[in-house]
Amino acid sequence: MRHDPILQVIARLLIPFILLFALYVQFHGDFGPGGGFQAGVIFAAGIILHGLISGLDAAKKILPERLVEAMMAIGVLIYAGVGIASLLLSGAYLDYSVLDHDPIYGQHRGIFWVEIGVAITVCGVMLKIFYMFAGRGDVDQDEE
Amino acid sequence: MSLSNHLPALQVVIPLVSAPIALLIRQRHLAWALMMVVSWLSLAISVLLWLQVSDGSVISYAIGAWPPPWGIEYRVDSLNAFILVLISGTAALVVPFSLHSIEHDMHQQQHYLFHTMFALCLAGLLGITITGDAFNVFVFLEISSLSTYVLIALSRRRQALVASFQYLMMGTIGATLIVVGIGLLYLLTGSLNIADMGTRLSTLPPSRAVYTALAFLSIGLSLKLALFPLHQWLPNAYADAPSAVSAFLAATATKVAIYVLLRFYFDVFGLPRLNEAGILPLLMALAIAAMFVASAIAIAQSDLKGLFAFSSVAQVGYIMLGVGISNDTGLTAALLHIFNHGITKGATFLLLGIVMYAIGSTDLSRLRGIGRLMPLTSAGLLLCGLSLIGIPGTSGFISKWYLVLAALEAGHGWLAFVIVVSSMLAVAYVWKFVEVAYLQEPDAGAHLQRKPVLTMALPTTVLCAATLYFGLDTRFSLGAASAAAKVLLSGVGGVTP
Amino acid sequence: MSFAAYFTYIVTYLLMTAGLFIVIARGNLIKKLIGLGIFQSSVYLLYIGPAKLIGGTAPVLATGYSVYSNPLPHVLILTAIVVGVATLALGLALVVRIREAYGSIEEDEVLAEDKANTSTTGHA
Repeated sequence: MRHDPILQVIARLLIPFILLFALYVQFHGDFGPGGGFQAGVIFAAGIILHGLISGLDAAKKILPERLVEAMMAIGVLIYAGVGIASLLLSGAYLDYSVLDHDPIYGQHRGIFWVEIGVAITVCGVMLKIFYMFAGRGDVDQDEE
Repeated sequence: MSLSNHLPALQVVIPLVSAPIALLIRQRHLAWALMMVVSWLSLAISVLLWLQVSDGSVISYAIGAWPPPWGIEYRVDSLNAFILVLISGTAALVVPFSLHSIEHDMHQQQHYLFHTMFALCLAGLLGITITGDAFNVFVFLEISSLSTYVLIALSRRRQALVASFQYLMMGTIGATLIVVGIGLLYLLTGSLNIADMGTRLSTLPPSRAVYTALAFLSIGLSLKLALFPLHQWLPNAYADAPSAVSAFLAATATKVAIYVLLRFYFDVFGLPRLNEAGILPLLMALAIAAMFVASAIAIAQSDLKGLFAFSSVAQVGYIMLGVGISNDTGLTAALLHIFNHGITKGATFLLLGIVMYAIGSTDLSRLRGIGRLMPLTSAGLLLCGLSLIGIPGTSGFISKWYLVLAALEAGHGWLAFVIVVSSMLAVAYVWKFVEVAYLQEPDAGAHLQRKPVLTMALPTTVLCAATLYFGLDTRFSLGAASAAAKVLLSGVGGVTP
Repeated sequence: MSFAAYFTYIVTYLLMTAGLFIVIARGNLIKKLIGLGIFQSSVYLLYIGPAKLIGGTAPVLATGYSVYSNPLPHVLILTAIVVGVATLALGLALVVRIREAYGSIEEDEVLAEDKANTSTTGHA
């Protein structure tokens, strides 16, 4: 697929819009269908398309394996961190209302950070799955 | 900020947060140290929670400060407090054991993954037990199940991959059936909070939808708790998994599913509705089949791990028999056996882990004369075997005794006879081990490849001592079990005894 | 009563039985996973179908509307879909490893090979 000009051109045109759409879906989850999981998957799909067209190493150059594995952990920690921040501000666990001076703003802030955590984890997981499966190679190769 | 108000949330949050931290810490000793701290902290929180509810009170914690029944509620009462102690206690003992036992199960670069998955499994099991929201039960059930599939597959043996795949198939079907049951209950009552569901369901007339929900939940949970004939995943999963994983699963996985069954049966449906549906005699029939068939298959096994795995299926049969009888003594017996069998099987698989570490195999043909080579380990296995049979002086005897009492109280004298007869089958498979270990000469070149280390020996000794201790001093186990049985029976539509 | 009133439930039932049949009847491990996916999809329909109330509008508070569709099942099913994705990914990873260890993804061939060498050799 590396040498097919049509695929190369279309991918180069589409991938920026895919990534932008992922960000749109992420931040408009409050007002329409969307949110963290969908945004993470769309973002990962953009990177995977790049990997399919230009080769696995090109995708790994953008988001290296160690970073992707760290992304999985960091997203969960952001989500749990929001809950622990609520605990420290003397609310219940994951009580968003105490996160700001006004409960409504607190809810917005809590959902914002939680969805970012979800998006990071989901993007990391999807990319890790792609890297693992695509990097497997032939059965004859001795891999652990 | 007083932490003690937030103990229910911290019980789940601490293991859950330690999983990504262990993923970031790639160094295996640091990850293990983190898991030691986390599992012992969880045990401390469980014990504190149990002390808080030991007078019969109920702790209700609203996640996100949304009041129940609209929000998710973590609810601790006498029923789940002692299961929390069982789960975190087993984890606190298995984690030190795992430091050395996973060394020849997986490559050293993968050890941190083991600890990550173990933390997730622990968080999932604790979450299932502590939550009061029906859909939250499903979410945590899947968290613990998925991490279990990974833990089983982390073994060097390729049979573990097949075992994990089979468990994934059956476990996911079970979880999906559970979610169908929860969905039907939600459509009937409009609520997802377990306590609220129960109150609303009791006002509804009997209808096919209620019985369908009961049926789906029962089958789904039977798949998860390995009730005969839906037990096919368990023997391979326990036998082919790494030793630490087998020990942890044998003590907790099926027990938590039994807890969920009890919670739904008595707090949502209520005893009158169960009797209307006629499901309890069916459970009793399957339980009796489990007791006989699984014990019989255990006798035919040549590998000790497979033998004790089938023994687990039989012991689940005993617990479900107590549930089926469902009077006060029957439920006390079932809950007691959940605890006692958890300790006994945990000890058994830890001992088998030591055997695997020292000899390299748990196949009976390689273990000739092991009573002489490893006297303490064999004595421990003998003790656990006696507890499985139900010899007086061991914890297994106490639960079997209460089971027999329950059968006699309910007027089923023949059931008491059946229980005693099936215990004879347990004698047969324990005798298989005793004969090979003590009555046969060791092979000419037999020797220990590795001496067992302290981190493996100490937790095993604690569990073996517990198997003996709770057979002699039953204040904690019996007190907790009968308090829990009273909570169950005073649920929806029940009578306060 | 009428077929149209129970359409969602009939499709749910058909998908559920089709999925279960594929899991039980097919020996190829990937086909089993596909059957599992179909089985799980039927459950999504079971939850979301009744969420739309007749005459209900989108669940955003507005003046002049009194009946809103129920948004809760959608949230529950989002979670269930994620669980399904994770299960599928894990199942496929196991299939890849089984293929590398046994050389086949047909269940009967894998089980036959397990019976043939009951020794505890490592994989590959």
